[in-house]
Amino acid sequence: MMNKIFSIIIVISIAYGIYSGNFSQLSDSLLNDPSSAVELVIFLTGSMCLWGGLMRIAEKAGITCYMAMLFRPAAKLLFKGLDLNGKAFRYICMNVTANILGLGNAATPLGIEAMKELEKVHISEGGDPLRASDNMVTFTVLNTASLTIIPSTCAAIRAKYGSASPMEIFPAVIITALSALTAALLASQILKRFSKQTGDDK
Amino acid sequence: MNAADLVIPLIAALIVLTGLIKKVNVFDEFIEGAKENLQTSVSLLPSLIALVTAIGLFKASGLPEVIAAAMSPLTNALGFPSECIPLALIRPISGSGALAVFDGILRDCHPDSYAGRVASVLMGSTETTFYTIAVYFAAVKAKDTRHTLPSALAGDITGFIVSAISVRLLFGIC
Repeated sequence: MMNKIFSIIIVISIAYGIYSGNFSQLSDSLLNDPSSAVELVIFLTGSMCLWGGLMRIAEKAGITCYMAMLFRPAAKLLFKGLDLNGKAFRYICMNVTANILGLGNAATPLGIEAMKELEKVHISEGGDPLRASDNMVTFTVLNTASLTIIPSTCAAIRAKYGSASPMEIFPAVIITALSALTAALLASQILKRFSKQTGDDK
Repeated sequence: MNAADLVIPLIAALIVLTGLIKKVNVFDEFIEGAKENLQTSVSLLPSLIALVTAIGLFKASGLPEVIAAAMSPLTNALGFPSECIPLALIRPISGSGALAVFDGILRDCHPDSYAGRVASVLMGSTETTFYTIAVYFAAVKAKDTRHTLPSALAGDITGFIVSAISVRLLFGIC
């Protein structure tokens, strides 16, 4: 997908830039933008390493376990009919807490394990292996929403461009993230009625 | 002085204190975690060079103004700043692409301007939807993802709209 998007942006931009007479700007962009990408990465590396280090301490101190306990009641509501002592549920809790702490690198492999376990449950219940189960959909939808509580990368870039208060957006981020999450989960609860897990609408 | 600026120092202190109480080797673990993310940030560089340049070309061509003008009836109705349209379009597709666009918006508009704040909220509160779905469903046999994409997009669209509303409510348009 990125292959297409990348080529389309480059070809269309250069074509339109030449057509509208903006070719000196195009040339400037090709000469300068690669180095501004390097500056961006150098700048972000510091903040990324700091949070990677802090979150690793949090993980080792068992903060992840407390957060998994907090998530249990919500998970019970979201994942209907899932065994709360099963492997799938354990992976789901670990994935969600990693997401909340902003440990993207840890969250993805845990999420993939959770999907595989959910698939096993689905197949053992006689579901069609080629169609996602309700719980697989809910879990993926949960992961397409942002659960991170500290927008550290975002705040770092705000600080870089001279924001008077890089974290002032924090309340707005929480409100927006929660609204988006609620909308996505509500949509998945409503839409599942129109596309049955058993595949009888094929 | 803003109370929200307390969040980061408090969380950092809380983490280190909990680590001390639980007898974690705080410094050694910090170094390990930092090392992991150092590798991530280095691996980010090639794709960011490609995307920052592609997005720079896009801006230099004058196309964003054309698109913003075409979409202005919709964005004006929602009070969504036109500078943030490219970010809203790329956010669900590519994480590093969104980072490149976000960096550009904050460079052009001040981070404390209306567009800068909406871009920040959007960046902090949404995820790379298409990438997540692709990675998670690649791990299982199910090819029919059923209502995954429409539900996830409902969340993204809500995020775009609420980002503008929440910034206006909390900061006003300035």
